[in-house]
Amino acid sequence: MATTARPAPKHSPDAYGEHSGLWSWLSTVDHKRIGVLYLYTALFFFMFGGVEAIIIRAQLGAPNQHLVSAEFYNQLFTMHGTTMIFLAIMPLSAAFFNFLIPLQIGARDVAFPRLNAFSYWVYLFGGIFITIPILFAVAPNDGWFGYAPLTTRAYSPGINIDFWVIGLLILGVSSLAAAFNFLTTIINLRAPGMTLMRMPMFTWMAFIVQVLLVLAFPVVTIALVFLLFDRFFGTNFYNTVSAGADPLLWQHLFWIFGHPEVYILVLPAFGLVSEVLPTYSKKPLFGYPVMVYSGILIAVLGFGVWAHHMFAVGLGPIADTFFGLTTMLIAIPTGVKIFNWIATMAQGSIRYTTAMLFGIGLVALFTIGGISGIMHASPPADLQQTDTYFIVAHFHYVLFGGSIMGIFGGIYHYFPKITGRLMDEKLGKIHFWLTVVAMNLTFFPMHFSGMLGMPRRIYTYDAGQGWDLFNAMSTAGAMIFPIAMLVFIYNFFVSRKRGEIAGSNPWGAGTLEWTIPSPPPEYNFAKIPTVTSRYPLWEGKEVDYECARINSQEGKTSADLGIVMPYSTIKPLLVALGLVTMFCGLIFARALIGVGAALMIFSLYSWLLSPLEPEHD
Amino acid sequence: MMDSHASMTNLPDSAEALAHAPRREEEHAHPTWSTYWKVALILSLITVGEVWAYYLPSFVGSRGFVPTLLFLSGLKFAIVVMFYMHLKYDHRIFRVLFTGPLLVAAITLIGLMFLFGHLFIKIM
Amino acid sequence: MTAPATHVSAPAPHHYTTLGLDSRKVAIWAFIGSECMLFVSLISTYLIYKGRSIVGPFPHETWTDPATGHVFKPILNIPVTSASTFVLLMSSLFMVLALAAVQNKEKPKHTRGERILGSSRLWLWMTAIAGATFLGFQAFEFTSFVHEGLSIRTNLFGSSFFTLTGFHGAHVTAGVIWLVTLLAIDYRRGLGPRDSLLVDIAALYWHFVDVIWIVIFTLVYLIR
Repeated sequence: MATTARPAPKHSPDAYGEHSGLWSWLSTVDHKRIGVLYLYTALFFFMFGGVEAIIIRAQLGAPNQHLVSAEFYNQLFTMHGTTMIFLAIMPLSAAFFNFLIPLQIGARDVAFPRLNAFSYWVYLFGGIFITIPILFAVAPNDGWFGYAPLTTRAYSPGINIDFWVIGLLILGVSSLAAAFNFLTTIINLRAPGMTLMRMPMFTWMAFIVQVLLVLAFPVVTIALVFLLFDRFFGTNFYNTVSAGADPLLWQHLFWIFGHPEVYILVLPAFGLVSEVLPTYSKKPLFGYPVMVYSGILIAVLGFGVWAHHMFAVGLGPIADTFFGLTTMLIAIPTGVKIFNWIATMAQGSIRYTTAMLFGIGLVALFTIGGISGIMHASPPADLQQTDTYFIVAHFHYVLFGGSIMGIFGGIYHYFPKITGRLMDEKLGKIHFWLTVVAMNLTFFPMHFSGMLGMPRRIYTYDAGQGWDLFNAMSTAGAMIFPIAMLVFIYNFFVSRKRGEIAGSNPWGAGTLEWTIPSPPPEYNFAKIPTVTSRYPLWEGKEVDYECARINSQEGKTSADLGIVMPYSTIKPLLVALGLVTMFCGLIFARALIGVGAALMIFSLYSWLLSPLEPEHD
Repeated sequence: MMDSHASMTNLPDSAEALAHAPRREEEHAHPTWSTYWKVALILSLITVGEVWAYYLPSFVGSRGFVPTLLFLSGLKFAIVVMFYMHLKYDHRIFRVLFTGPLLVAAITLIGLMFLFGHLFIKIM
Repeated sequence: MTAPATHVSAPAPHHYTTLGLDSRKVAIWAFIGSECMLFVSLISTYLIYKGRSIVGPFPHETWTDPATGHVFKPILNIPVTSASTFVLLMSSLFMVLALAAVQNKEKPKHTRGERILGSSRLWLWMTAIAGATFLGFQAFEFTSFVHEGLSIRTNLFGSSFFTLTGFHGAHVTAGVIWLVTLLAIDYRRGLGPRDSLLVDIAALYWHFVDVIWIVIFTLVYLIR
């Protein structure tokens, strides 16, 4: 095995040394650099959303507090949800999609490198667009699922919801463009021999997530377009007062998107954990095909459960029964995954690295969230729990205990591949334990405050309802998160500069991305490998030695090797800028619509008519 | 075409890639002019039939009207997709990429119709 | 080992793809799949709101305004829309002929018929013109509806009808622009078999827009 010896790399692991400077980042089409951009941006928004959460918890720490006004509180919880879902977790997953998918399937880039850059810039501009208003206290304020008719002009006359509607439409463009790109990449750019059933589990979960994105986002796009038309052009889609519109239309359309969205948020983390656990257990993933099928089953069933978010509206016994049953059914494939992860660890020679701890953390904490989820799959139970802190506890166990734990595990696991250096393990473990304590101290008491009847989204409450202690605990827990994050950030930036040199495969992992140098050269693979197994590096006799030798060479540029790489170009950024300017025009000045459209169309044509890469024939 | 500057490292690369590359879509027996106009004729005839049906009050009032029109529309849909979009002749992956989402879309539509009371299940 | 790949159909080494397909075609089909969900959301909303408007005009029924006593006739104009439907169907025929003409550009053509069938510009023009004609019909329909008292704000039917058919119209517009772009390329450097993929993906999009209209025509116009 070429990589166990960990040869000291010959070149400096300062990422992407030859291309640096602002312009190179603005015009990059390299999936790895775009992945890094996603990572930084999403971590920033993650902390921004975290600050919002801390203000929320500070406000709720004791009864009858007035740290923030009720109105601003509404903006805080709306933006906390919106930020964490659309600007933090989804893009953190996208960071890994970008960085890992081509490396794991043995490709030199994604199928459409420029479209990939476009997705990132749309995300960045859309994120800024939707985040700026809270600095001026005019942020969206109707909750992250923006129930119409509450969000129509009649009930929300300000520009707050305009930002929300338009911001989500913009972010939808980004997600859809990225989804088509990754879907095509996984279908069509796999290296020879990389059959579907040899794909690394992260790529599999990413594949399923792209399908979910492609199917779910159009629905919310239409729901948002209706709302946009209602607010700007006076249509009647959600006009329940004078036009007889159905108040449930928005809820149905939103949740047809919203439930698959839950899996969009959590499946990438499942994928990362399915890379982490086998590596540090030194065992192949247990029940690989079952993991694949259960992922597919989760996705399929995910489209048939949306109304469980709506049991409280009284859909009638048939609908309640149907959606209650399908929801409970989803527990089966999810449970299968949990057991497979446990079986992967069973009798393995486990190394408790930070990444492994976060992986185990996911298995444990997600299970708690999953079990409380089954509780409110039952409509009668849900009627007691809906809109209480019990639900808040549930989805934070799923999204923090699931998605975020998995993503942190992924960051510690792949940091050396991204930067060429290892993160500090000691600080990492401090980060892990602080996070676990903070997470459970914050969210576990919410089960109790919820069961005692504390509703979501109230900005303060009277003493003496039995909620005081649990809220004080939650607030105390929330105050630990910033400490944990500071440790992480310090570790991240110090390790990036001064961490131990990693080498191509510091963890002794088995998949393709660990056969190439860290950080990978711009072309990833000097020679496209031929894949013969799921863990090529673990099945030594099957490794193509010649290929491994060529690919572990460092310091060669694509020009040295005669590999054709795409030109870098600013045009995707300009198209994204035009698109967002166009949308801004709806709120600020109608003239901007024309300016934005002109910029977008001009840059788009210029992009489409210019070649992707140098002629090569 | 391989240039002279192709280096040692990517020569075997290309050879190998080719060895493993499944054959490009073969030049299928592409449908020709005669298929195309016949398809267009069938589509037009079905459309004429649909519009005609619309003007038959006795048929419009009958139970068969809606199912018949839905069937005819579905038939036209399938014909265009199969012949004009040449899904019938093309790679399997395109069929998967189209019919999968179409199925989800159709089931979602039917589900919504039930939920909003446009379709009923009769119990007993 | 000898250097292979001297004939056109073999993928160049840096364009190796798993399925031997061009990624753009995979992506357009994924896009079309996604569009199914987009249009189903629009169609569902139209159907959900069907028959639930409080005030007229209505698509298939006569309505008397209780305040003014004004009688509104059923607003949908089936003959006109049947004509535009036919035009759009024919545009799909022209589109497949355009694709075939591009694919067979280099085959020798002997008869007049072969030369006509082999003219990519003719068929691209015909498709674009048919698309533009369809849009003309739609513009006529929309303005006459507004004259008759149905706007996008009037009632649930107006909102859902204009949005659904408007979205479709926007797709047709994008398709016409796409076709005109292809024509510009054809005039500039001539479209040949090497470009057939460019035309193929445009054609797939175009047919899909046609297919959506087939559904809309039945669900909105014909079924009462």
